Amino acid sequence: MAETVTQHPALTMPASAGADLLRVQGLSLAMPGADGPVTVVQELDLAVRAGETVALVGESGSGKSVTALAITRLLDDTGGRITAGRIDFTTRDGARLDLVALDDAAMRRLRGAEIGMVFQEPMTSLNPVMRVDEQIAEAIRLHRGMDDAAALAEAKRLLDRVRVADAPRQLQRFPFELSGGMRQRVMIALAISCRPRLLIADEPTTALDVTVQAQVLRLLRELQAEYGMGLLFITHDMGVVAEIADRVAVLQRGRCVEQNETAALFAAPSHAYTRMLLDAVPMLGALADEALPRSFAKDSLPQDTVTPGAAPVLEVRGIATRFPVRRGLRLRGRVHAVEQVSFAVRPGETLGLVGESGCGKSTTGRSIVRLELPDEGQVLLEGTDISRPSGADLARLHREIQVVFQDPYAALNPRLTLGYSIAEPIRTHGLAKGDAIEARVRSLLADVGLPAEFAQRYPHELSGGQRQRVCIARALASEPKLIIADEAVAALDVSIRAQVVNLLMDLQRRHRLAMLFISHDMAVVERVSHRVAVMYLGQIVEIGPRQAVMQTPQHAYTQRLLAAVPIPDPARRRALPPVAEGEVPSPMRRLEDAPIVAPLVRVGPDHFVARHSVGGLY
Amino acid sequence: MLSYLLRRLAGSLPVLLAVSIFVFGFVHALPGDPARLQAGPEASPAEIEAIRADMGLDGPIWSQYLRWAGHTVQGQLGVSTKTRQPVAQVIGERFWPTMWLTLVSMVWSTVLGVGLGVFSALRRGSAADQASMVVAISGVSFPSFWLGLLLIDLFSVQLGWLPTGGYGTWQHYVMPSFTLGIGVAAVMARFTRSAFVEVAREDFVRTARMKGLSRSVVAWKHTLRNALIPVITLTGLQFGFLLGGAIVVETVFSWPGLGRLLVDSVSFRDYPVIQAEIMLFSVEFLLINLGVDLLYAAANPEIRLS
Repeated sequence: MAETVTQHPALTMPASAGADLLRVQGLSLAMPGADGPVTVVQELDLAVRAGETVALVGESGSGKSVTALAITRLLDDTGGRITAGRIDFTTRDGARLDLVALDDAAMRRLRGAEIGMVFQEPMTSLNPVMRVDEQIAEAIRLHRGMDDAAALAEAKRLLDRVRVADAPRQLQRFPFELSGGMRQRVMIALAISCRPRLLIADEPTTALDVTVQAQVLRLLRELQAEYGMGLLFITHDMGVVAEIADRVAVLQRGRCVEQNETAALFAAPSHAYTRMLLDAVPMLGALADEALPRSFAKDSLPQDTVTPGAAPVLEVRGIATRFPVRRGLRLRGRVHAVEQVSFAVRPGETLGLVGESGCGKSTTGRSIVRLELPDEGQVLLEGTDISRPSGADLARLHREIQVVFQDPYAALNPRLTLGYSIAEPIRTHGLAKGDAIEARVRSLLADVGLPAEFAQRYPHELSGGQRQRVCIARALASEPKLIIADEAVAALDVSIRAQVVNLLMDLQRRHRLAMLFISHDMAVVERVSHRVAVMYLGQIVEIGPRQAVMQTPQHAYTQRLLAAVPIPDPARRRALPPVAEGEVPSPMRRLEDAPIVAPLVRVGPDHFVARHSVGGLY
Repeated sequence: MLSYLLRRLAGSLPVLLAVSIFVFGFVHALPGDPARLQAGPEASPAEIEAIRADMGLDGPIWSQYLRWAGHTVQGQLGVSTKTRQPVAQVIGERFWPTMWLTLVSMVWSTVLGVGLGVFSALRRGSAADQASMVVAISGVSFPSFWLGLLLIDLFSVQLGWLPTGGYGTWQHYVMPSFTLGIGVAAVMARFTRSAFVEVAREDFVRTARMKGLSRSVVAWKHTLRNALIPVITLTGLQFGFLLGGAIVVETVFSWPGLGRLLVDSVSFRDYPVIQAEIMLFSVEFLLINLGVDLLYAAANPEIRLS
């Protein structure tokens, strides 16, 4: 039995009914607010059985993380309060406890020992001044009564179990010396170190790259089967839900609107909010049979905005951007962030630039607008070389290319009205004067679907999606020919994300905008791009028409990337995702060790692939 | 490590050069003529000129500076114009009393300040927290000369428990050290409290709680170590503050240290002593900052290992 389970954890059936490990009944939670306590979760019912995975799904502010904190009673530390309900938990020795009624000492005996938790942010969830070994061993000594040496040996065994390569050396390291994926493995090792009966994972893969996410999801499934743990998996990502969950509970503003078996919920969502969530999720492969991009809007038309043979707006020829790494005064090496990157974008065309964190996609965008200065290569704006720009060239560059950044909270000055922020490029470039400026601001706000009175408001009065619309309006203010969208929808909730993507595509249609769409999200890129370029270790390894690159990927890295994307369809759940283990090599190299670069090879119409070794991949 | 130390020390040289120019300039900008003071009220202009030449105060100011700087580099600090003793000897006698007073004050005020800060942070918002922060603010607000006089009146004059001033036994340390350190303890307490509160909100503190550790283990083992990193930087600045504060406190308690020496030297326009003493303060301050940076690196592996 155990063997079968290890091989096909996805097929594990929930243990027999009645043996609820965790049963939450009528749970209501309040957090302190400016005008007294605010109810953030209302009358929630939830059950997790041993060996079962329950996903708690919702957008930001739905109350899913607070629920996890309530179950662990860490909510007390945040100032939050349980106002009603009970949380029954069956311990290892069969006792059934209402966690709401336990004091801190009793809860401490459960935390770590019977309930483990993995948090979202592996970068900040480990103590930065403590070595990995002590962080794991501490919990083992506490709950399993082992001495120092035994606890350390157990910590090493656990790191091996979560497949951290070279465990003895990693144990001696500090968290900042490990990659995000490694840190999350350490977090998981820590969470399972005392063989908890319930594991709560709060967005454990959200901060990770998609290939690392696939590795971590697989690991969680294996461990769950091995230990027979109940797994409460909190996420906003329906794709991940489809991959991992047996049952799903959907939260909307603190209320559970629907709860069902995963397959049934995806096949026939009964609540409007669930349907909306599912509709808004971009599904990779949705446009497999279409050549042109198409927005998420209900009656969307193919985005036929590119004139064949038109001269490119932007042409990038062999740019390279490298950052020196110094130790003391001596130059020790270089980070080859961008290495010999070439591409062109035509009017009305969207080029999707995809890759994982550190691949150089953002640096490429920043190098085009000279936020970083490239060491080599040329950038041509409508045929004019602006690599060594005059003052007039720079003004033109800043007018005709605009950037929309990832974080709409950080991209707007909190002390300026939105109208002022949008008007600034109009003034800077002298595009209008006097009352005409105000009229232009109003029309730009209308363009992005915001009311004119927003001009008088300040950023903090808006939601994330609204702010990103303002950033887009500001980008449009100088009447650019090209928009660089650098992860512009990554920070938004799925429903908002779809709206903003629709807006960008609508604007492209109306203004014949060219777009460089930088993103790690393959499903969104599929929706918006006419062509796709895949970056790996600073180089473009594959570029071509979107359909060709995504349906018939030629480069090993493109294939790996596409295979790792979770599919929001439980019917297509793979027994075990074909995951390549191991880490992406570092783009930092010693001085004398230059990376191999070579021209791409044509494999189809307008479709080019790297046939030289990039980080060992072909 | 050694090369880092050497580089840091070499980097201090331009700072010392700049300080020496400022010190020399300011001291010479002081109103009053040391030659005339030295010569006494009866002296003739010719006698005053002779004394001026003898003191090295003739010629243009830049040549005076070069002469002084050259001698200082060679370790010749000159002779006190007041006592005719070598400056090195004058300062040497006063160095340790001030150093001990500063060190003792530093140690108790840091321990008390950090302790009080953590105590407050753990009881954030409670009456105990607010009371200790009121004490802390009062500590910063008391002018030390006034506090010193109050203490003398109470403990020496009325109760007779402690000596009014002077140097020698541990009883002599109690009041000066308290007067000197109370402000530092107060600043430390407030700063530690806010650093601790900030770190306590971090994700890794939640992780530690999730292991099942008790609040106090989490506080002392996980939170405090991280909260102390910014506190270390503050310690260096406070040390400089103590050296300065010693000037007032030593005067109030007749402490035979550098602070009182400086006050006496300024009123007598004893240029060589003033200059040597301020240069000594600068060197001490640079060394302390170097020590603080080393401590900072020791506490923070991310700095240490990169």
